[in-house]
Amino acid sequence: MSYPKVITKLMDEHPSDSHRYERYVASGGYEAAKASLAKTRDELVEIVKESGLIGRGGALFSTGMKWSFLAPPRPAYLVVNGDESEPGTFKDRQLLERDPHQLIEGTIIAAFANEVHDAFIYIRGEYPKPARRVQQAVADAYSEGLLGKGIFGTDYDLDVTVHLGAGAYICGEETALLNSLEGKRGEPRLKPPYFPAAKGLYMMPTIVNNVETIANLPHIINNGPEWFKELSACEDTGTFLTSVSGHVQKPGNYELPHGITWRELIYEVAGGIRDDNDLKTWIPGGASAPWFVPDLHLDDPITKSDCAAAGSMLGSGAVIVMDHTTNVVAAAERLVRFFAEESCGQCTPCREGTTWLDMILQRMLSGAGREVDLDLLHDVSDGISIGLGWPPKQTTICPLGPSAVSAVKSILEYFRDEAEAYARTAGEVPVTIGGEQ
Amino acid sequence: MPLLYLAMREDGYLSENGMQKVADLTGITPAQVQAVASFYVMYKQEPKGKYLISMCTSISCFLMGADEVLTALEQSSGVPAGESDGEIAVEHAECIGACGGAPACLVNYELIEGLTAEKATELVQWLRNGQPETINTDEMQTLFGGRTSFDWAIKEENAAVGPYPAFPPFGTAAENSPTLEPGRGS
Repeated sequence: MSYPKVITKLMDEHPSDSHRYERYVASGGYEAAKASLAKTRDELVEIVKESGLIGRGGALFSTGMKWSFLAPPRPAYLVVNGDESEPGTFKDRQLLERDPHQLIEGTIIAAFANEVHDAFIYIRGEYPKPARRVQQAVADAYSEGLLGKGIFGTDYDLDVTVHLGAGAYICGEETALLNSLEGKRGEPRLKPPYFPAAKGLYMMPTIVNNVETIANLPHIINNGPEWFKELSACEDTGTFLTSVSGHVQKPGNYELPHGITWRELIYEVAGGIRDDNDLKTWIPGGASAPWFVPDLHLDDPITKSDCAAAGSMLGSGAVIVMDHTTNVVAAAERLVRFFAEESCGQCTPCREGTTWLDMILQRMLSGAGREVDLDLLHDVSDGISIGLGWPPKQTTICPLGPSAVSAVKSILEYFRDEAEAYARTAGEVPVTIGGEQ
Repeated sequence: MPLLYLAMREDGYLSENGMQKVADLTGITPAQVQAVASFYVMYKQEPKGKYLISMCTSISCFLMGADEVLTALEQSSGVPAGESDGEIAVEHAECIGACGGAPACLVNYELIEGLTAEKATELVQWLRNGQPETINTDEMQTLFGGRTSFDWAIKEENAAVGPYPAFPPFGTAAENSPTLEPGRGS
């Protein structure tokens, strides 16, 4: 079984040199950028809107719509979000490392469509190797006249700067990223009024798009929106790059059409569960997403709307699989700990709430759980994300806090008996936690 | 933010003197510089020694036994997570984007995927006994790594020279290469 590849095609066919300018051009690279420069902003926005391309950073918002919101004052900026940090996600790393020119061509298209002359590629600090590859590709593009003054022999100027982050998950949130790029603490801004398309980088209109989103643009321009729509046999368009990790035989990045089922993804594409174990649960869209379980969700198609209807999300496309040997309370604690560590501290429900959740879970795991702990977990979660619904009714500036609630809500909903067992252990011998023997 | 990395390159960590210099250059107060520096985990305000080992303990690595590997790193180096003995520093890290090759760690921000407790112990011995001047991801992956998140495919020539990311102009072994230019490349 194989599916058509789009954004991973070149690296698949030419693994040893897909990162090189010569290879990219020999494979038809930069034709889409050249063609785009001959179009108008309105035409490009319309093509992207028509294609149905959605943001692949996790929010899944229409890229064309986002572009159409760009407010009039200039200069406008484009920021490519390569701060991939959602636990379970490693797809952008592959795109950055293995095909950086695809990203630069997409950046040129997005910049021209949004009347931008200064674009920034923000790459997380833990990715120096991907950042070096992109920096090299940017340098090559400058020397070939594809970036800088009068690119492709037109009168259009575009500068691209590669920026390295310094270790903060929250900077993947677009307004936090903008603060970070300005040299400030990476704290999210309130929306409204700070919608990037109106008041973004240096308070000017700014488009922030994810790496995978940008990487799709050259292919949409080359082949047209209709072709892009037909890549998936459902209402979602194009392919999606999913990072599968955890207890599967073949973890990795897979470019797939939307609409295949979770069963196909886990048992066929990723080779099934390790050691022929049973599947216990999986996280469908990165650490922030509520979990799925085999009895209810295994035959659901992987689409934005099916995931939403089942109370979760496709998010960043990261699928984390857990087999029947997994201690789900320990797994939930590990997820909550991440958000507690990465909370920027601006909003009390998130700063205090995630820490409380983690302390309660740690207490349960240490063998000192109390009967009230499950209610307490629910109450604290409710204080961060009212009603524990999905999408969350958040009490915070950004969705980080409510993301921590997903794991708690999932164990309370699907694995209550296991959580209850830990909630009755007060005074007993400490229990074994996760991998610690 | 790039200035803070440059300051780290000078001293091996972000010293008070370094932050003062950044404040002088940007016209803000040292307190404002520190407010930014303290927000990001990669700006280290105390010396880490020559080698910083960052072991991922987030969900995917946790599911694949990261806690055992971290214990092996701590025991073989004698350095508890969060500390340094002047040569080697060990820390736990949040997701480093290597979940398909879990468990994984970074040495001076260069990656090793598919670690085991045994290989982690060998890695520490290799650093202690070999005292490598530069840290290359391919070399470490060959010696100590296992399954990767995806086919790395392309040989990596660059290497880290200290406990900060090897990205020009903050310091790479191939810094003087004619093509890899810092900044905008123009």
